[in-house]
Amino acid sequence: MGTSLDIKIKRANKVYHAGEVLSGVVVISGKDSIQHQGVSLTVEGSVNLQLSAKSVGVFEAFYNSVKPIQIISSTIEMVKPGKFPSGKTEIPFEFPLHVKGNKVLYETYHGVFVNIQPQKGKLTPSPVDFTITPETLQNVKERALLPKFLIRGHLNSTNCVITQPLTGELVVESSEAAIKSIELQLVRVETCGCAEGYARDATEIQNIQIADGDVCRSLSVPIYMVFPRLFTCPTLETTNFKVEFEVNIVVLLHADHLITENFPLKLCRV
Amino acid sequence: MAVFPWHPRSRNYKAEFASCRLEAVPLEFGDYHPLKPITVTESKTKKVSRKGSTSSTSSSSSSSVVDPLSSVLDGTDPLSMFAATADPAATDSSRKRRDRDENSIIGSDFEPWANKRGEILARYTTTEKLSINLFMGSEKGKAGTATSAMSEKVRTRLEELDDFEEGSQKELLNLTQQDYVNRIEELNQSLKDAWASDQKVKALKIVIQCSKLLSDTSVIQFYPSKFVLITDILDTFGKLVYERIFSMCVDNRSVLPDHFSPENVNDTAKETCLNWFFKIASIRELIPRFYVEASILKCNKFLSKTGISECLPRLTCMIRGIGDPLVSVYARAYLCRVGMEVAPHLKESLNKNFFDFLLTFKQIHGDTVQNQLVVQGVELPSYLPLYSPAMDWIFQCISYHAPEALLTEMMERCKKLGNNALLLNSVMSAFRAEFIATRSMDFIGMIKECDESGFPKHLLFRSLGLNLALADPPEGDRLQILNEAWKVITKLKNPQDYINCAEVWVEYTCKHFTKREVNTVLADVIKHMTPDRAFEDSYPQLQSIIKKVIAHFHDFSILFSVEKFLPFLDMFQKESVRVEVCKCIMEVFIKHQQEPTKDPVILNALLHVCKTTHDSVNALTLEDEKRTLAYLINGFIKMVSFGRDFEQQLSFYVEARSMFCNLEPVLVQLIHSVNRLAMETRKVMKGNHSRKTAAFVRACVAYCFITIPSLVGIFTRLNLYLHSGQVALANQCLSQADAFFKAAISLIPEVPKMINIDGKMRPSESFLLEFLCNFFSTLLIVPDHPEHGVLFLVRELLNVIQDYTWEDSSDDKIRIYTCVLHLLSAMSQESYLYHVDKVDSNDSLYGGDSKFLAENNKLCETVMAQILEHLKTLAKDEALKRQSSLGLSFFNSILAHGDLRNNRLNQLSVNLWHLAQRHGCADTRTMVKTLEYIKKRSKQPDMGHLTELALRLPLQTRT
Repeated sequence: MGTSLDIKIKRANKVYHAGEVLSGVVVISGKDSIQHQGVSLTVEGSVNLQLSAKSVGVFEAFYNSVKPIQIISSTIEMVKPGKFPSGKTEIPFEFPLHVKGNKVLYETYHGVFVNIQPQKGKLTPSPVDFTITPETLQNVKERALLPKFLIRGHLNSTNCVITQPLTGELVVESSEAAIKSIELQLVRVETCGCAEGYARDATEIQNIQIADGDVCRSLSVPIYMVFPRLFTCPTLETTNFKVEFEVNIVVLLHADHLITENFPLKLCRV
Repeated sequence: MAVFPWHPRSRNYKAEFASCRLEAVPLEFGDYHPLKPITVTESKTKKVSRKGSTSSTSSSSSSSVVDPLSSVLDGTDPLSMFAATADPAATDSSRKRRDRDENSIIGSDFEPWANKRGEILARYTTTEKLSINLFMGSEKGKAGTATSAMSEKVRTRLEELDDFEEGSQKELLNLTQQDYVNRIEELNQSLKDAWASDQKVKALKIVIQCSKLLSDTSVIQFYPSKFVLITDILDTFGKLVYERIFSMCVDNRSVLPDHFSPENVNDTAKETCLNWFFKIASIRELIPRFYVEASILKCNKFLSKTGISECLPRLTCMIRGIGDPLVSVYARAYLCRVGMEVAPHLKESLNKNFFDFLLTFKQIHGDTVQNQLVVQGVELPSYLPLYSPAMDWIFQCISYHAPEALLTEMMERCKKLGNNALLLNSVMSAFRAEFIATRSMDFIGMIKECDESGFPKHLLFRSLGLNLALADPPEGDRLQILNEAWKVITKLKNPQDYINCAEVWVEYTCKHFTKREVNTVLADVIKHMTPDRAFEDSYPQLQSIIKKVIAHFHDFSILFSVEKFLPFLDMFQKESVRVEVCKCIMEVFIKHQQEPTKDPVILNALLHVCKTTHDSVNALTLEDEKRTLAYLINGFIKMVSFGRDFEQQLSFYVEARSMFCNLEPVLVQLIHSVNRLAMETRKVMKGNHSRKTAAFVRACVAYCFITIPSLVGIFTRLNLYLHSGQVALANQCLSQADAFFKAAISLIPEVPKMINIDGKMRPSESFLLEFLCNFFSTLLIVPDHPEHGVLFLVRELLNVIQDYTWEDSSDDKIRIYTCVLHLLSAMSQESYLYHVDKVDSNDSLYGGDSKFLAENNKLCETVMAQILEHLKTLAKDEALKRQSSLGLSFFNSILAHGDLRNNRLNQLSVNLWHLAQRHGCADTRTMVKTLEYIKKRSKQPDMGHLTELALRLPLQTRT
């Protein structure tokens, strides 16, 4: 015992793009020398459909029709059969990242339905101003019961670079009821479809409070949210599936009134 | 053993003295002499290019007198030369650099947070029950919801960071303040533990949960202290993270310098750092997200150069989202604190914090806050001071090295807001004292306009007073300021409020006004503090008032003529405090009184003060305390002088003795003072006492004689007897001197074997030896009493020495006998070595009478017999070394004082020489030296017989 095997990749942030060379070392260490039948390294990349626990049943129809799609697959033989000496042995390796055939390599992403292993887009700023009053709200049963309020604000852009935060400002001009909290809710909308139909699922992936308590009136509160690295990817639309993002501004008033304003976002990577 | 007779060598002291003296050679002008004064006849002042610095050099004109300093330097000293040659541009640029450094680095004039910490914890306390709510998300709670998807798991892990729905909820209720502090300390510890055991996520969780506590404003009066406690944890966390990332940058080869740039940071460290920021950015709640990010602000240095300067404004804006004004102002204080620490040059963010704060200022009077106060039962005047620590801190950060214009702008903006007392107070606590002082009248005006129901006015006056104690207001305004302020202060009903304010203003009054105003102020304080014995609760403040007054009035005649000063002292009725105050007064007196005084006002007052401290001494008083008190009282006694009125002086000493009888060092001092007085009288009378002065001197002597026995220390008594005896002798009080010496002799048997010196028991013999040698030198000149026998004092002393139980293992007794032998030799001379003016010693009394000499010789024989007897007893193995050295020392004595022309004495010395060398114990070098000395002496006139002696003294060769 005491033999361990570790793969170390050179780049610290472990992000690679198509066409780049992935390099690193395989580290084998042990107290005694080890006999082996050769070492080979395989790179695999695939897209596969996973079944969410929430939507069992809805999906089974077309679950089987989508097979895992292989994007990358290559193997190299690193060492011929032989013996490793005791101590630490480092074997360097390099892999060019080439997409198999004519397929597109998407960014790695962990969603409910879709897991993508690694698109480029252009960014045009698209600022949005908004005003929220009892009158602008939909889905209200008795508008008269609502306390009066006026909230103004703007998002600097709904087209966002995924590595840059979502920014903007929000001003509570007036509010009869005391404000409890103002939050930013980042929602991911995944849509999967094929000939048999489609499924849509919205998930909250991050909730950030931007105001706590009865904030000062007419004083702008910053809107600022960093996109979580693991749960976001550039907005995607392909024949088989869609991944989209939205942000909700949620205002919680005392007496438990909940006001939500929705803004679709378009994420991209520059 | 045969009895050896003693034959003292006759001495001609005058001739010996003359022969020993160096020959005086007259010095010609121009001859070199090291002590000859250097006369400066030419001096030149050289203007050096640097303004304001002149260097003057001097050289001596007479060429023969060489001043080694000026000769080496050729006119210019190296420092001024250096200054002259220094490139003015270079010094300029270095000064500029220094100035810039001063701007970006916090100097020692910036009061650090650590100083404020303790003050806040002590001031903002509560007796109400506190609670801590911690939600540590645990895996158990999570297990209930089955999640199959891998992504969910990852999510869960992240959500745990601020999860509180399903995690283990730990709520601690009914905590006393102390419990709370302990809990927080425990959390701090578990944070460190978690970190040390590589549980980074747990550490982060603890920090998040702790900072969440800062959003809780229940038991609001404890909030400032809570802030202090929790930010301590945050500081710890910030440090841990920074150090960890810093350590990742350290390869085994290179260490990152303190001022590194992001390019030097390796990717792994950057990635780790970035990870922390991503993790923190995903914290759900605003307050913890803010605090945790602020705590690791410094880590931005790893990522980019501009990181901190981008982060600070963003965090500043983020605080706008905090609704509760108190919570938000403390968040600002924390940000300023971190900002000052990490990037003190980024002033804009500090200012932004201040202006943002002013924008939210109106919230304090809004419904939300007012409702909260009603629920908690807290009044506005006790709510508003809760803002002070945070505001003071923010103001202090901004005003540090800030230009005047900014301060003026800040003040103007504060003025515009209604009920600005709170702001005003912080302005006064944080801004430079000079700034405040020059605008004192404006401030008084603003304070007056303040709303009475809000921030307590006495706090405002207190803050103003603190500034005026540090900086001076314009000359013309001074009295008006005092009048205006005191008008308000004197109306304060609550004695605590009153005294806190008055304490501060006393300093200002003392600094700028005369005793009349100080008297008025003191009278006012007495008037306010006397009803219901209010002073009992305010001793520290009253003490501080006394300290301030005595610090400014160094002239004690003025101080004690302040009518209300002594009545003020009467308010200190608790003994320990009273003694403490008295000690302060005496310390200041000793420090500042230059001239001896006889002012009856000072004497009366200080005697009273000293008596108070003295009377506090009891059986339980510590030695150290007694020493301090005695030092202080002695300092006072030394400062009392009635000039030529010696009788008044003596009666003062008599009074002092009756007052301070419990402190031995004081009595010792008094005896010395009286002895001095006697000698002073003698000096004035030039040694010829009149009948009146003789009587006075005897009174002095009598004073000493009756005071000494009341002392405890045996050697103190012995030395004082001897000393006083010498004084009596000098003043021709012969029988009194005899009495002193007799007393000393009769005291010797009481000397214990061991005495206590500085708390350690030491053998006393060496001290006794020292004392006796000293005593012998005095006895030489003491004339015999006509009614007692010849040399009666020496005889009595010998008897006492004989009867004293000496240590068996020491030869001190023999050493003393040897000294006696020296004394007796000196006494047998025709004319003695020294005399006391106007006292006939035995030489002139007996005039070399043969009977006297015979008596003397008889004594010598007895003493010698004793010495030889002792030498014989030392002939045992273990004592041979002692025998040798003692024998040699006796040999030397004979050589110095004996007449070696006497055969028997000569023979004895030869025997002793052999004895010293017999067992090979003697030091050859000493023996050789001794022999050389004898040979040298033999060349002197009348010493020829020594040549023969030298021949008879063989040197033993070492085998």
